[in-house]
Order: sequence, then structure tokens, then C-alpha cells
Amino acid sequence: MGQFLQQLINGIQIGSIYALIALGYTMVYGIVRLINFAHADIFMFGAYMGFFLAPKMAMIFGGAFVPTIIAAMLITGLLGFIMEKLAYRPLRYKSRLSALITALGVSIFLENFCAMDFVLFGVHFVFGPTYRKFPDLIVAKNIPIPGNLGLNISNVLLLDVGVSVILMVLLFWFVNKTLIGKQMRAVAFDKPTASLMGINIDVVISTAFIVGPALAGAGGILYGTTYGMLASPFLGIWPGLKAFIAAVLGGIGNIPGAVLGAYIMGISEAFATSVNSNLGYGIAFAILIGILLIRPSGLLGKFMPEKV
Amino acid sequence: MTFLRTHRTLATVIAFALVYAVIKVLSILPLNNGDPLLNAYYIQLIMLAGINIVMTVSLGMVNGFTGQFSIGHAGFMAVGAYTSAMITTVWLHTSTANPWVGYPVFIVAILAGGLLAAAAGYLVGAPSLRLKGDYLAIVTLSANELIRTVIRVTEVLGGPRGLGGIPKFTTLEVVFVFTIVSVVLMRNYLFSSHGRSMKAVRDSEIAAESTGINTTRQKVFVFVFSAFFAGVSGGVFAHLLQFIHPDNFSFMKSLEYLIYLYVGGSTSISGAIVGPAIFTLLPELMRGLQKWRLVIYPLILILTMIFRTEGIMGLKEFSFILIPQRQRKEVSA
Repeated sequence: MGQFLQQLINGIQIGSIYALIALGYTMVYGIVRLINFAHADIFMFGAYMGFFLAPKMAMIFGGAFVPTIIAAMLITGLLGFIMEKLAYRPLRYKSRLSALITALGVSIFLENFCAMDFVLFGVHFVFGPTYRKFPDLIVAKNIPIPGNLGLNISNVLLLDVGVSVILMVLLFWFVNKTLIGKQMRAVAFDKPTASLMGINIDVVISTAFIVGPALAGAGGILYGTTYGMLASPFLGIWPGLKAFIAAVLGGIGNIPGAVLGAYIMGISEAFATSVNSNLGYGIAFAILIGILLIRPSGLLGKFMPEKV
Repeated sequence: MTFLRTHRTLATVIAFALVYAVIKVLSILPLNNGDPLLNAYYIQLIMLAGINIVMTVSLGMVNGFTGQFSIGHAGFMAVGAYTSAMITTVWLHTSTANPWVGYPVFIVAILAGGLLAAAAGYLVGAPSLRLKGDYLAIVTLSANELIRTVIRVTEVLGGPRGLGGIPKFTTLEVVFVFTIVSVVLMRNYLFSSHGRSMKAVRDSEIAAESTGINTTRQKVFVFVFSAFFAGVSGGVFAHLLQFIHPDNFSFMKSLEYLIYLYVGGSTSISGAIVGPAIFTLLPELMRGLQKWRLVIYPLILILTMIFRTEGIMGLKEFSFILIPQRQRKEVSA
């Protein structure tokens, strides 16, 4: 029982990080129908920004976590905005597949650029391909649990879940209550009609490319805090792919679906990994294929048959 | 010359023979201070380019000519690679010592790998090709990673350690013959009536259906056909590298083929030949840029996509790809 609960809790923890990444995939897909492969690398970039900024933030503000996560979200948001402006906007009305290949190109570019070690305008940029220890943003300690289930709950876990829930609530508020959020939903539903109603599509798309990456940046900080290390600039690939799968599982384009999918993914992965570490890796894909065969549009997605 | 102009097939055969002869001569003659100009490393790159061409053309049949979106082609390559390596290395312990025994086994093994990959392609394609949209993309992606996971947990295939000691059956000649035969087979298929119905499915699925094309069957068939060639390429690839690892066939590998295809031009066989040929050799040509080449490579990719969205070749074909028109008899009035 204790073992079961422990795996469930671990799954919720990793699921929270997946959820933050999956939201960005689903928002961008919902609006521009593009699988933004570079999103995983923005997540990585956020984690590295945490690595660089945390010591400075600790010096300026005293505490490190809150200023670091806000700064990282601002920087990744800006990166997302620039990326859309330079790479995706020229291709918006061309074939969707060429936009996808461009997304791949951006992804490879970010990975390899961050594996560099160079001096630019006198500033030494060292992302480097090497292993890095992530600074301790908070002091990790275990929280005693009454009873003798042998549960292991740390304050990092509570922080992960807490921060992602706060950000998700903010996102739901943003999408459902603000004007730009309503415009986003309108554009996702029907782009030409939304445009005829006087919605500025460019602004809406830019917003999606700022909000999604900002959430991924926050996810990157949580990832670094949880694992305490950054393996290499290629670390975003697999969490990103799993988050994408989570978004599809919940119904791509659907925001609550992405969160649901991410938690399913995190929990099933935690359980499968406790059986066999190689199995934990593949279980996500088996679940996805199973669910898509029964519900092709994902758990919460709407199936829209094509009419002639 | 007029003779060659009227006998285009013969001219093409001669041209390929010349290309082969030039590569072979450059890899033997000691022009570079006693070493051949093309050392073993370059020859291996040329062989990889050949395998990549077959992979890309077969991917192009599904993505470019049928308008579907498969992004897990490396999974089928893995099925072929592991099946053939299983036959030649684990079961039969063949070696290159006696080519008269070795090569027939090798050929049977790579064909078996292709057939198993085709079966995997049927399992993946039959349920997902009925649906329109991005489902095929997501299912193929997942199938790719699922195949890799199955290999990782299967002890007899080497599991996460990889499978080594595979005899090196793949030589420059094997790659040449394999590439040309595969591309010719796929070209003939694409220019047949099946190929025309594929293009109809791509251009408008509803119109194709209303003219009596069984679109699902057509899509599943081309998907299986393409998986077969991916499987055979996997076999050739395994017997070139002599060591295969599940991570060789990850989703990242599939993305490489997508890049080759779309940069070359997805709606043209020539594009699917040019793309991998350039992009396999490009990182080598940029060796002078040292560590920056991995940064410049994706920039070239992005700029190609922005300024030439349809790929390098677009809709154009090399003349040797096209089926020669019969000489029209001049009818005197």
C-alpha cells in the first residue's frame, strides 16, 4: 500500500512538470495546427536560464526561487515570440509540413547552439555539452507523514505540484476570462471567421507563442529543482516528446485535456518504471496507441467528421 | 550521341556505371600523398547516403505522393535491421569468409527483414490510415518508440546493450545495386496506375473516393510497401555498421529522414534523392567550420524551408527518373 501510494505521488510530481510542457504544445497546436518540436528545447532553455540566473537572483533578492522562475518565464516567453516571428510567420500560409520541418530545424538549432561554448560581446556563454549541477533554489527536506506507510514526501514535491497548479489556474483564468484569451479560443475554433470579426490573428498567435513557452520555462525550473542536475542541452527531447504525447492523449488543442493526459502519463510512467526502467519508457506510447484506437480524438477532444 | 539519346535507359546505366567506376578508382588510386583520395570513412559516408536515399524515397511515397504524414519511419528500419541481424548473426553465425554461402543468406535475411517490417507497417497503418488528419503521425511516432522499447527489453536482441558482431556484407557494390534496384522499383510503382491513384488521394481524398478509388486500401498498401523498403534498408544498414543499438533507430532518426525529404522536395523522386545525398555529405563538407557546423546546418534547413518551401527540386524530376516516352512514329500526311 505504501509502495503504491509512493508511486502515485511520484507520478503526480512528474505529471505536473509534463503538464506545464504539454500546455504549450496544445495551445500552439490548437491555434496554428503546428506540432512545435522546438517547444521541448524551450523547456531546456528555461532550465538553463535557471542555472545561470539563480546565483544572481539570490544575490539581488535574497531568495532565489520566485525571482528565478519569473525571470526564466520572461526569457523563454521572449524566445518563443522571436521564434514565431522569425521562423514560423513566413510559412504561416504555406504547407503545414514545411512549418513542421522548420520547427525541427529550430529545435536542432537551439540544441546545438546551447551545446556551444563561446564569447560574444565580452560575455562568456557557457551552456556547454557537459553535465551541470542545478543550484539549490530551496533547501530540500522530507516532510514527516504520520502513520507507518513509509511514504517519502519532500518539500520539492509540494513545490512542483503547487507551482504547476497555480500556473494552470492562472492559465484557465487567462484563456476563459480575459479578452485576448477569448480571442485565442475563437481563433482556435475558426481562424477565418475570427479574423472577419476583427480579431488580430497575429497578436493572438504571438500571445500563444509567449504564454506556451513561458509555461515550459517554468517547467524547466521545476525540472532542475527536482532532479538537481542538467545532463546536457539535449535534455528537453524526451520530456518534451512525452508531454506532446500527453497533449495528444487528452485531445490536442484542448487545455484541460493536456493536463489530464500529463497526469495519466506521469502516473503510468512511475508505475511502469518501478517494474522495469525500460518499460517505463515505452508505456506512454502503448497507452497512447490504445486510447487513440478507441477514441481517435483523445480523451477530451471532439471528433469532427469531415463533411463534403 | 544520338544513339544514347534515343536509348535513354542504356545511357542511364552507363552513367551510373561511370559514377561507380570513378568512386572506386578514387578509393584505390594513391593520389593523396600515398593514400587514396576517398578513404574508408568517405566510402562509408557514400554508402550511408545510398541507404538514406532508399529510406527517403520510400518515405516520400507515403508523405509526398499519398499526402499522408508518417513520422516514424526509423521504427520499420529497426524491425528490418534486427530481423536480418538476428538471422545472419544470432541464428546462422554466417561470416564474410565464404561469400558463396554468406551472400545468399544475407539476401534472404534482408528480404525477411523487409517482410517483417511490412507486416509491422500493416499493423500500424491498417487502423490509423482510416482516419484523416494527424493521427497517422502520432501513431507512427508512438509505434517507432514502442518498437524501440520492445527491442530494449528483449534479451536475445541484445537489449539496451545493442547487438554487435554482425558480418560486414554491405559493400559499395551492394549499396549501389540495392539503391538503384529499390529506386527503380519505387519509381515504376509511382508511375503506374496505382501511383496515379495515390496522387489523386493526396490532391483530394473525397474526389478520389468518388471516382471509385478505394482510398483506404490504396493508402494502406503504399504504407506497407514503403515499410518494406525501410526494413530492407535497415538490413543493409545493420550489415554496414556491424553494430546496432536501439537508440540508432529512435524518433530522432525518423526526423532526419523527414528533413531529407522535405528539403529535397517531397513531391518528386529526384528531390528524395537529392535531399539525403546533400544532407548526408553536407556536415562533412562543412568540416572547416568545426564546431559551428551543427549550428549552421539547422540554419540552412530553416532558410531553405522559408525561401524554397517546396524543397530544392519542387515538382521537377531528373530526366533519368522519368519513364522514357516511346518515339512517336511520324505519320506522313
